Amino acid sequence: MTVPVTLEGARERRVRAGGVELCVAELGDPGQPTVILVHGYPDSKEVWSEVAPRLADRFHVVLYDVRGHGRSTAPKPLRGGFTLEKLTDDFLAVADAVSPDRPVHLVGHDWGSVQAWEFATIKRTEGRIASFTSMSGPSLDHFGHWINSRLKRPTPRRVGQLLGQGAKSWYVYLLHTPVLPELAWRGPLGKTWPRILERVEKVPGDGYPTPSLPTDAAHGAWLYRDNVRTRLRRPRPDAYAHAPVQLITPLGDAFLSERLYDELELWVPQLIRRTLPAKHWIPRSRPAQLASWITEFVTSVEGGRPESVTATGKYADRFGGQLVLVTGAGSGIGRATAYAFAEAGARVVAVDRDAEAAIRTAEMSRLIGAPEAWAETVDVSDEQAMEKLAAKVATEYGVVDVLVNNAGIGLSGSFFDTTPEDWKKVLDVNLWGVIHGCRLFGKQMAERGQGGHIVNTASAAAYQPSRALPAYSTSKAAVLMLSECLRAELAGQGIGVTAICPGLVNTNITSTAHFAGVDAEEEKRRQKKSARLYGLRNYPPEKVADAILRAVVRGEAVVPVTPEARGAYLMSRFTPRALRRIARLEPPL
Amino acid sequence: MTTAVTGELSVDSAELRGFRQVQQLAYACAEAVAARLEPGITEREAARMQREWLRERGVRDWFHLPFAWFGDRTAFVNFRIPLQFFPTNRRLEPGMPFILDMAPVYDGYTADIGYSGSLGINPVQDKLMADLEAHRELILREVRERRPLREIYEDVDRLMVRQGYANRHRAYPFGVIAHKIDRVKERRWSPHVFGFGTQSLKGLASDALHGHRDGWSPLWSPYRFSDHPPRPGLWAVEPHLGFRGTGAKFEEILVVTDSRDPEQSAFWLDDDLPHVRRWAEEK
Ligand SMILES: NC(=O)c1ccc[n+]([C@@H]2O[C@H](COP(=O)([O-])OP(=O)(O)OC[C@H]3O[C@@H](n4cnc5c(N)ncnc54)[C@H](O)[C@@H]3O)[C@@H](O)[C@H]2O)c1
Repeated sequence: MTVPVTLEGARERRVRAGGVELCVAELGDPGQPTVILVHGYPDSKEVWSEVAPRLADRFHVVLYDVRGHGRSTAPKPLRGGFTLEKLTDDFLAVADAVSPDRPVHLVGHDWGSVQAWEFATIKRTEGRIASFTSMSGPSLDHFGHWINSRLKRPTPRRVGQLLGQGAKSWYVYLLHTPVLPELAWRGPLGKTWPRILERVEKVPGDGYPTPSLPTDAAHGAWLYRDNVRTRLRRPRPDAYAHAPVQLITPLGDAFLSERLYDELELWVPQLIRRTLPAKHWIPRSRPAQLASWITEFVTSVEGGRPESVTATGKYADRFGGQLVLVTGAGSGIGRATAYAFAEAGARVVAVDRDAEAAIRTAEMSRLIGAPEAWAETVDVSDEQAMEKLAAKVATEYGVVDVLVNNAGIGLSGSFFDTTPEDWKKVLDVNLWGVIHGCRLFGKQMAERGQGGHIVNTASAAAYQPSRALPAYSTSKAAVLMLSECLRAELAGQGIGVTAICPGLVNTNITSTAHFAGVDAEEEKRRQKKSARLYGLRNYPPEKVADAILRAVVRGEAVVPVTPEARGAYLMSRFTPRALRRIARLEPPL
Repeated sequence: MTTAVTGELSVDSAELRGFRQVQQLAYACAEAVAARLEPGITEREAARMQREWLRERGVRDWFHLPFAWFGDRTAFVNFRIPLQFFPTNRRLEPGMPFILDMAPVYDGYTADIGYSGSLGINPVQDKLMADLEAHRELILREVRERRPLREIYEDVDRLMVRQGYANRHRAYPFGVIAHKIDRVKERRWSPHVFGFGTQSLKGLASDALHGHRDGWSPLWSPYRFSDHPPRPGLWAVEPHLGFRGTGAKFEEILVVTDSRDPEQSAFWLDDDLPHVRRWAEEK
């Protein structure tokens, strides 16, 4: 049996409110801005045990057990003791006790978020709330309006949305039945719940939930019974937020549909959206990401600029504040990829063996939206240098959320013209560079256990044989297969792996490619000629970068980019013989 | 009509004073109009403001009518046909970059200038403007070395790539980075076609004709017809950088003479211009 989690170093006190006694825990310096974390159902304040310490060095962190949960007492009688009005009394009592003079920053998960929406949208709390971060718990009022508007004008799509959410709410109906839920929780369900969380919800098995679970779950059923039906039937018409709101949506939530938040801008004048690929219990499964988003949001509100997120990129909700490392970021596809992540608000580590180019990429990244960006001069084929880089990145910048192994070099020439040194060089960079990257940074990701994504730049040459590029194609085929194998291995850990396979992209690669078996002058000529050819084709690296971001968001496995790459990919699967015939053609150089 | 070269183009000749004056006038116009730009103003309105400002000060003819580009149009994003250069109803928003480009004729002298700015702060455009300084130095240095114009063009390109930018002057007709500019006879009636003054076009055409015979071109392009050393005369030079939807350029006159003294063989007509002053201030 694992030891139940506790909030280490927390100072505890008890706060009286409306007939109950609440158990309140505090961490960090009370002189700093106060962040109050409110837990959901069936949970206790320990659900935040991984998030709270990560916030405590910057903020005064306060957690409390909701009435009837954990070590707070339950109202008597239970029925009618859990209304949103009473929960608001509790919150105000806690806020007045821990931060009498300054408004607090609210963070709520699940039912904690449902409650907090009430706090953030009613009159009597105005001025007490500085900001609100909501996860996986909508305002019942907004939800009520959402349903009503779909019932009033039931277009097929809207009916679909209604049914979709309806199906996800099965447990809400169950909780409305009398007595049965209590019996289940105190009996078999209470015992198996931790294992269900681990298996289905991918929550680490680390001593959470706490032993109070059966009573928490039994009492908490009244949260639903006391509020859901009445509020959904008669939602308040004026449920406007009076503080900036950060909405964090886990895309794999089994209980809430993303669509619920489609019209949220109507209710929240200052709204920042975040998404992450995870299931419902993100305080357990993604604490580092939550802590970083909460820190950023609270800091920006405290600094008086709630709209501080300057990133305008398409995927800012997903990559904002994430740490992204790109190799070969000094030119071409790598540089464009670094910029695309920068525009989405990511923190960027630009790695290249060309120091000046990497510095340039980092500098421009900061100008276009990256809150931070660094340049690192490293040769990816150098094992020791890569190990040093991995250690430095981990200690100074953190664990990488997205890794893009992109550095690569070109090599052209027939098999017999290709010398062992040529082979070594191209494999060292194109294959070993990727191996080192995956090995070192992938390991950090896996050890952190909070997901991530690895992108490897392969090439259409990975599946398109040709007599012109035997060594290059071999290196890229290896990268493709490596990516597929690693994807299988990391699937259970929430880490995605993508192989990107571009066709002809207009970058510098043609001017630096080595042409085996010809003298220097002829090599120059061929470099120029292929540069002109790629220039005429003129497919911009920015489009490859877009494909990379999209692939990460969608978790795609193999992504051919450019029409010729897609065409060859289809041929390799359906008409491989035709592709082999094409491979025999003499290259046009 | 083509300017005779040697003596007339010495630094303080009356000839150059005339060009300097109209170039100053055009930059003064750009600064005055830029100061009056505010959120909601359209490109068309900004172009009209330039036209009116210059008309009030005696400008009657144009090498080309004033242009104004806002937002990602400063980088000519998705430009495919020349008509897209003309001012549109795009509205200026806070933080947006803009470029004003005008070519007035005053007293028979022509200027062609480009002025980049932004409404409020735009760090990306600031960076682009700062990085243009190296291009101004490179162009002058290599013209003095009498390198073929096409090669200089390629060196500018290489510098841009190293800086991580896209070449946006390639979008101009013939992809030119510069074109020759000349005195124009003042006529009472001087119509324009597609925004270009007919008098000036006539000058350019006759240069092109003569040049074609002698192996040079009044257009400084990436193509073979620019494979010749700098030709004495006045060149309006306009390197234009683009970076992800933000563009910046300057445009001003470079004087090329046939003097043997390198310093005298080429020089910028006037160093007292907004972008040059700004670089000096930043040092
Ligand atoms: N351009 C194309 O048509 C094309 C097509 C398919 C795949 N690719 C692949 O895309 C990737 C990026 O290529 P690109 O076209 O942007 O080329 P590029 O030459 O423009 O950029 C490659 C960058 O990687 C850096 N680099 C090279 N070797 C390195 C090393 N050992 N360590 C660190 N940095 C190193 C270079 O300095 C350069 O900045 C490569 O893996 C390439 O094989 C390119």
